[in-house]
Amino acid sequence: MDMTSGRRGDAGRRQFAPWADPAAQPLVRFERVAKRFSGHVALDDLSLDIFEGEFFALLGPSGCGKTTLLRLLAGFETADSGRVLLDGQDISPVPPYRRPVNMMFQSYALFPHLTVAGNIAFGLKQDGLSKSEISVRVAEMLALVRLEALAARKPHQLSGGQRQRVALARSLAKHPRVLLLDEPLAALDQKLRQDTRFELKELQARLGLTFVIVTHDQEEAMTVADRIGVMDQGRLVQVAPPAEIYEQPLNRWVAGFIGDVNLFEGKVALQDVDGVAVDSAAGRLRAFSTDKVTMGDTVWIAVRPERIRLVPARPGDAAPTGNAIAGRVADIGYLGGVSVYQVALPDGTKVKATLASTTRLTERPIGLDDEVWLNWPADAGRVLVR
Amino acid sequence: MSASSTDSSVTPARSLGQRLVILVPYLWLAAFFLLPFGIVLKISLSETALAQPPYVPLLDLSAGWDGIKAFLGGLSLDRYGLIFSDSLYLSSYLRSLEVATLSTLMLLAIGYPIAYAVTRMPARTQGVLVLLIVLPFWTSFLIRVYAWINILQHDGLLNQALLALGLVSEPIAFLATDKALYIGLVYSYLPFMVLPIYATLVKLDDTLLEAAADLGCRRWQAFWWVTLPLSLPGVAAGVLLCFIPIVGEFVAPDLLGGSVDPMVGQTLWTEFFANKDWPVASAIAVTLLLLLGGPILIYQHLQARNLRVGP
Ligand SMILES: Nc1ncnc2c1ncn2[C@@H]1O[C@H](COP(=O)(O)OP(=O)(O)O)[C@@H](O)[C@H]1O
Ligand SMILES: [Mg+2]
Repeated sequence: MDMTSGRRGDAGRRQFAPWADPAAQPLVRFERVAKRFSGHVALDDLSLDIFEGEFFALLGPSGCGKTTLLRLLAGFETADSGRVLLDGQDISPVPPYRRPVNMMFQSYALFPHLTVAGNIAFGLKQDGLSKSEISVRVAEMLALVRLEALAARKPHQLSGGQRQRVALARSLAKHPRVLLLDEPLAALDQKLRQDTRFELKELQARLGLTFVIVTHDQEEAMTVADRIGVMDQGRLVQVAPPAEIYEQPLNRWVAGFIGDVNLFEGKVALQDVDGVAVDSAAGRLRAFSTDKVTMGDTVWIAVRPERIRLVPARPGDAAPTGNAIAGRVADIGYLGGVSVYQVALPDGTKVKATLASTTRLTERPIGLDDEVWLNWPADAGRVLVR
Repeated sequence: MSASSTDSSVTPARSLGQRLVILVPYLWLAAFFLLPFGIVLKISLSETALAQPPYVPLLDLSAGWDGIKAFLGGLSLDRYGLIFSDSLYLSSYLRSLEVATLSTLMLLAIGYPIAYAVTRMPARTQGVLVLLIVLPFWTSFLIRVYAWINILQHDGLLNQALLALGLVSEPIAFLATDKALYIGLVYSYLPFMVLPIYATLVKLDDTLLEAAADLGCRRWQAFWWVTLPLSLPGVAAGVLLCFIPIVGEFVAPDLLGGSVDPMVGQTLWTEFFANKDWPVASAIAVTLLLLLGGPILIYQHLQARNLRVGP
């Protein structure tokens, strides 16, 4: 297989959206799969399509069934009901050792008695490749993960980051149709994890392979994935590209799970071409809505902290579609690049607003206990009906 | 390498208490291993005598320097010369090695599958099974060997069963043959083979087998390429734990085996108790120890390496 065939330029990546094309055939299709472990529901009637060349992230809290879904595709679990299709073929009867799918295990599962090169060659030997083919492929993989110098080491002589790369090389060596990565970066420390995210992304784009990554780290999912499937309790709650998940979360749970969010509960007061007006405890708020709402419905307006502007005085040009509410600064958290302001409203609820730290230091500073106005445009708020 | 030398220079001096604690195991070894071994070695260099104790020379410290000189002059390597020239001794060593090798192979062939099967059971069952494997040790070894005599004798349980099932028409002679010897040895050493192998297999991470399957291995291939190599330290421990004591085994060959080809333990017993030849008996013991020194050192080396590498 030519490792460069799937290479996509930046322009290609921007247009890459096969899920939006109704005629596109998925590479992997989960069709209404369900799985229980002694009565406990791990997967609940779940359907999902993953496309060739896609970097797909399964994101959700611990125990929501992410690993189970991967293991279903790898062949280590069988579904109680539903089908798993690869290239349109039902692969349920195919044993793991014959599936063109490889997995990078959360614990890496490196063979302790084999060297780095031996680990990478393991799967190739099972395929009956010749010695020379194997050594060529192993060298190629070692170069890919920059471990040429450590080929003769045993796993216990490697650092965590090096082990992670051996596991990656081993699972890539057989050129799988789909590479499954179960929390591949969870065991690394913060700094290394951030660097490795970009390497992983770059590697996937370069090889043009289909990656399915499992993670409970939303930042990781946002960084690497073309699309994110947000899971909760064995179900997919929302499947969409990272920006869409962030900007247009489907419900309060997704909004809260992906990043920070302020939620204002209220009743729909009016709906017009400009959006929706909601009467909340903080007053009348305007927001944007894609969902149909009815007058008097209870809804929630979700506003991201970084969309809220903090101003010392009532914004003069408060447009009819803008929002401005008064409060008092209750807490300031300095996080390096940004500062998080907790602003208490008269009714006691707290609203979060993040400001770039440079703003805070150069402009006239807003301090603790200052009376401030929170200001955001209507289209920064999103109406959630669930 | 230079790092280690600087390390040692930084190490703070040990306190007197620490030194004493380190000394304890050495004192133990000196009192209960080196001293008895020294005595046996000394006897092996002596001559038989009709006396109490039945050998000369004796160390007479009251005679001072002359006494010590006389004592040293009386020592000789004659017993070792005898052991290596008389085929009786050589053949009993060879017989011991043969029996130990064969029975260790049988133990491995039976013990490995048992250990493997136990690790495939649910965790709770495993505990019960391991208990069952060591359970026989709660009764005396001698009593269990007598029980085997009962089972294996001419009109014993085994022959009665075989006759009743119509598998044989005549009772088989088990007792006083190699059959009974190997049955007895395999029976009594089985836990020493099973337990170390079980201990390495049970530590084996099941994800490794999934990784092997993921990379294209069928079950038996995963066993061959992953499970087996990773269980070799346990196999080595089991083999040595069985082989070494079986070479010197006395009870099983004496009570269950025949008397035609004595094992070295039996020869030693005869020299010591029947012939009252303490020097030859001691020389046999010293030679046996040197013979087993090799495997023991290998075992120690493997143990030390395991400690360094970890599981
Ligand atoms: N082999 C198993 N036996 C019993 N329960 C299991 C097994 N595997 C997973 N589960 C359960 O199924 C649920 C989903 O697990 P998993 O897919 O590992 O979650 P995640 O990877 O999202 O953390 C969890 O509640 C877990 O306890
Ligand atoms: Mg998991």
